[in-house]
Amino acid sequence: MEGSLVNALWVGVIGTSVFAFALKYLGHSVPEKFLTNPRVLRINALIPIALLSALVGVQTITDKGKWVIDQRLAGVAVAFIALALKAPYFVVVISAAVTSAVLYRI
Amino acid sequence: MRTLSINPPAPYGYIGQNVRVSKVNRATVTQSLSVSFTVGLYGTAFGAASIAAGFSLLQTSLLSLLTFSGASQFAIVGVMGAGGSAISGIATASLLGIRNGLYGLRMAPILKVRGVKRVFAAQVTIDESTGVAIGQEDLGTDAMKAGFWLTGFGVYIFWNFFTILGALGAQAMGNPSAWGLDAAVPAAFLGLVWPRLHGKYEKGLAALSLLVAVALSPVISAGLPIIATALLAVALGWKARS
Repeated sequence: MEGSLVNALWVGVIGTSVFAFALKYLGHSVPEKFLTNPRVLRINALIPIALLSALVGVQTITDKGKWVIDQRLAGVAVAFIALALKAPYFVVVISAAVTSAVLYRI
Repeated sequence: MRTLSINPPAPYGYIGQNVRVSKVNRATVTQSLSVSFTVGLYGTAFGAASIAAGFSLLQTSLLSLLTFSGASQFAIVGVMGAGGSAISGIATASLLGIRNGLYGLRMAPILKVRGVKRVFAAQVTIDESTGVAIGQEDLGTDAMKAGFWLTGFGVYIFWNFFTILGALGAQAMGNPSAWGLDAAVPAAFLGLVWPRLHGKYEKGLAALSLLVAVALSPVISAGLPIIATALLAVALGWKARS
């Protein structure tokens, strides 16, 4: 179990790196006309929105496949408020961490 | 390092436009460096998140050196840290990396580089290097190139340095929850998606994706609920909308 988990992490590290570079290099190597397809551009703009929002949800209110409401939700709520107040990214992340840590410790 | 000079791709049939450091617009340099440092600083958050997710210091460092794309890096450690398989982690990270390919498409005709230089250019093709380059459009091609290379390598150096710092810090901290790291990671994702939510359509997709992924989490194995929302994005983007 321990050994297989460690190997999975390595597969993740190498796999992610290989695909990340391949995608970047491909972009530099294919003809520019692909850029003009509006459907590709639209989907490309929407994918990060979907994935990042999904990650926010899963990391905030689930834990190991179960719904869990805990200090993380308070932390992310504070981050949301900070973003709405146009706080810099660093303040957003730190305020979430501090909120969550304080609640965890009391 | 030669690759750090302002105008590394110049030599190929490129006469009369040689840009020296002194000639590069000061605003371009200032902007590139401030973006590099600010963004690089967030490498601390990645380094800490990666250690908290169970990755080693070496693996964490390699992700920043080799993958070098913040959202993809957070995705792989986020998905695998939550118990997702390597495949769903790689898939999520790679879907997030597609946009770097499109940035490459945009930058290639401006940079006009081949061989090893194209390899370097590809590796530093990220949100920030492309963003700063496009921001210099009014100042001409040379300023765009300078912005791209300066920001690309600048972020690369700071991001990797602060990744190690964050990883060492997290190792020293111990329990990630006690330091709020468990909330810092989703807050980091929220901060990444926020500037993309221009209108109601984007906000709607964000809310829907969040709900779908949370709803699916108890049903299908970790990582898959996130990938499922990418299909949602493809379906919505496929249907014509002006």
